[in-house]
Amino acid sequence: MAKDMREPIESGCPDPWQYMHPVMRKNFGQWKWHDHPRPGVLRHVAYSGDEVWTVKAGTQRILDVFTLRKLCDIGDQYADGYVHFTLRSNIEYMVTEESRVQPLIDALEDAGFIVGGTQNSVTMISHTQGWLHCDIPGTDASGVVKAMMDELIDEFRNANMPNRVHITTSCCQINCGGQGDIAINVQHTKPPKINHDLVANVCERPSVVARCPVAAIRPAMVNGKPSLEVDERKCICCGACYPPCPPMQINDAEHTKLAIWVGGNHSNARGKPTFQKLVAAGIPNNPPRWPEATAIVKRILKAYKEGARDWERINEWIERIGWPRFFEEVELPFTKYHIDTWRGARASFNSSSYIRF
Amino acid sequence: MAIDKHQTPMLDQLEDGPWPSFISGIKRLRDEHGDGRINEITNDLLGQLEHSYETRKGYWKGGTVSVYGYGGGIIPRFSEVSQAFPKSKEFHTLRVQPPAGNHYTTGMLRQLADSWEKHGSGLVTFHGQTGNIMFIGADTKATQHFFDEINDYGWDLGGAGPCVRTAMSCVGAARCEMSCTNELKAHRMLVNNFTDDVHRPALPYKFKFKVSGCANDCQNAIERSDFAVLGTWRDDMKVDQEEVKAYVKAKGRQYIIDNVITRCPTQALSLNDDDTLNVNNRDCVRCMHCLNVMPKALHPGDDKGVTILIGGKRTLKIGDLMGTVIVPFKKLETEEDYEEMVELAENIIDFWAENGLEHERCGEMIERIGLANFLDGVGVDADPNMLAHPRESSYVRLDGWDEAAEEWFEKQAEKAAG
Repeated sequence: MAKDMREPIESGCPDPWQYMHPVMRKNFGQWKWHDHPRPGVLRHVAYSGDEVWTVKAGTQRILDVFTLRKLCDIGDQYADGYVHFTLRSNIEYMVTEESRVQPLIDALEDAGFIVGGTQNSVTMISHTQGWLHCDIPGTDASGVVKAMMDELIDEFRNANMPNRVHITTSCCQINCGGQGDIAINVQHTKPPKINHDLVANVCERPSVVARCPVAAIRPAMVNGKPSLEVDERKCICCGACYPPCPPMQINDAEHTKLAIWVGGNHSNARGKPTFQKLVAAGIPNNPPRWPEATAIVKRILKAYKEGARDWERINEWIERIGWPRFFEEVELPFTKYHIDTWRGARASFNSSSYIRF
Repeated sequence: MAIDKHQTPMLDQLEDGPWPSFISGIKRLRDEHGDGRINEITNDLLGQLEHSYETRKGYWKGGTVSVYGYGGGIIPRFSEVSQAFPKSKEFHTLRVQPPAGNHYTTGMLRQLADSWEKHGSGLVTFHGQTGNIMFIGADTKATQHFFDEINDYGWDLGGAGPCVRTAMSCVGAARCEMSCTNELKAHRMLVNNFTDDVHRPALPYKFKFKVSGCANDCQNAIERSDFAVLGTWRDDMKVDQEEVKAYVKAKGRQYIIDNVITRCPTQALSLNDDDTLNVNNRDCVRCMHCLNVMPKALHPGDDKGVTILIGGKRTLKIGDLMGTVIVPFKKLETEEDYEEMVELAENIIDFWAENGLEHERCGEMIERIGLANFLDGVGVDADPNMLAHPRESSYVRLDGWDEAAEEWFEKQAEKAAG
């Protein structure tokens, strides 16, 4: 029992210095420039003259220990035993001589990993947990991403987009996947179905009421039991009540759909960061390969690749050509649902005579 | 020992195609791992996942699980269909804080893999959306054993629930010439000052720190963190005119004009007749675009520091918010500089802990009470850098104007006097 009561060591975030490639330690803060010799490879040169060649590879993200050890074997045999993971779960190996780059790439590709994802490519789709592990998901995450990356693999391998493309997915409207140039997110279309027998025992009712963004939930007695009721005319079907109150089931095999958003851009380069905008909805949540969502993503990417100028991210390209032409080029319908109704919506209206013909 | 394998016709279709398949990985654990416990867990996990694919529903519910001494750090998952899939009945995730900047040796990854397959399912992700290493799939008892083991060699849990969350930082100074600060130090100084608030959730809601070394903001700090630290500089950017000429020669004048000069958001650049670059540094907003295009020719200046933005978050509850500039520029060189930043974080978290409503992010509180009241509350002076533009509405009481104006001039005089 004493062993079970071990006091934790509250060490927090570990010091990365001990895990950092020696040439990165030596030249910390002393890098001078970089270039992009080929897709999947970056070369950084330090003021000291030292070079570090980085090879980036995509993986399945949900790693089994066999795959993790395989990645380690490659790092030991072809690199220096140091790796770095990017924000989008790509793995990066560092070597100090150009001659070691190609053997490393070959080893990664032989083992089934995909080298690429650098600069103006469609890099790995960032995703959430989905049906594999989340408690509130409307769809899967790893499966959507696997199916989509199968189709976008050439865009990952070949950096030939106008600028980088960050795609994200989210399995509910809380949107853990975050902002993306293209975001594929769950969008519920019907209010929650309430199991009134369970609410009183499972849910802390005042916090559920407080959680609703549109004040559509109120306490009520149903069948003689304390429960909650939803004003379905007000309800925006966001699902915010479902996490604190699982008897308010929001997920539905038919009515939980996917929506696609574009133009989220985290960078300050050329313009301030932007949030993504809704462009398509009502897309079937169709496992195991979600072909309808992938088809729309590919249409958007095709139009962007053909129409955008160098360095334009998706938001900048649309800003230049205008929304009417965007909808035309990607062959998506424009509807009244594209008009924002949330607070601040007025700022998204066109209050000028600027019309493109 | 042979196990009765669940049929997974839908998941099997995710083994086709060229991208690495997570389903094939889980099946390897089921079919090839030497530990029968892992074979059984992953078999039932696949069974439940197939059931989700068939019915388009999730079947995990949350609960309360933590390790001795902590209140968070674990995402508890109990199966709602455990009768059909009993071996993965408890399938919790441990959120473990990565080293700042996500650097690992293969030796350390192997050690973590060894510990994990002893206690857990053998599935792991580097990293989840908050930035944690996600060790996915352990029963309640195993979470404690696994934590005890890895905690002994330097790993600690991250945050889950209403608490300070695991922080993130870019690769930064370790490998990037755009880096304007020591991202790793800022990251660790900030989050490790709040270990108690990471491990024992007692705040209104989550609070995230993210550090990006420049305005490219590779960590999405402005959009995704309550406390965003972005590297910048305030002296002139460095221009290597010979390299500028080399770019013009290699790419052509028109390319440089179309892709560098005219893309500057504040028209701070012009190309001289001799193919050198003219920079108006007072108009430059340090957006990073021209440095991105010409990394050999252009570099950040020497007087580096950070900009701090507060209040970024995703949709729930009031809609998406980006961070707002609270500190336009702060040097981060001496220990005192870092301590001042940590102190600001403490003031902000304290003020929010007292004034935030339940489940209200810091940015939402600022939206509710107003930026000016927030600045009063945390003891920061108003600065025009905090705004895109001054107020447009005349609906305001201004009877304190004269004093505020006087205060402004006094403070400007103090600053000028140094």
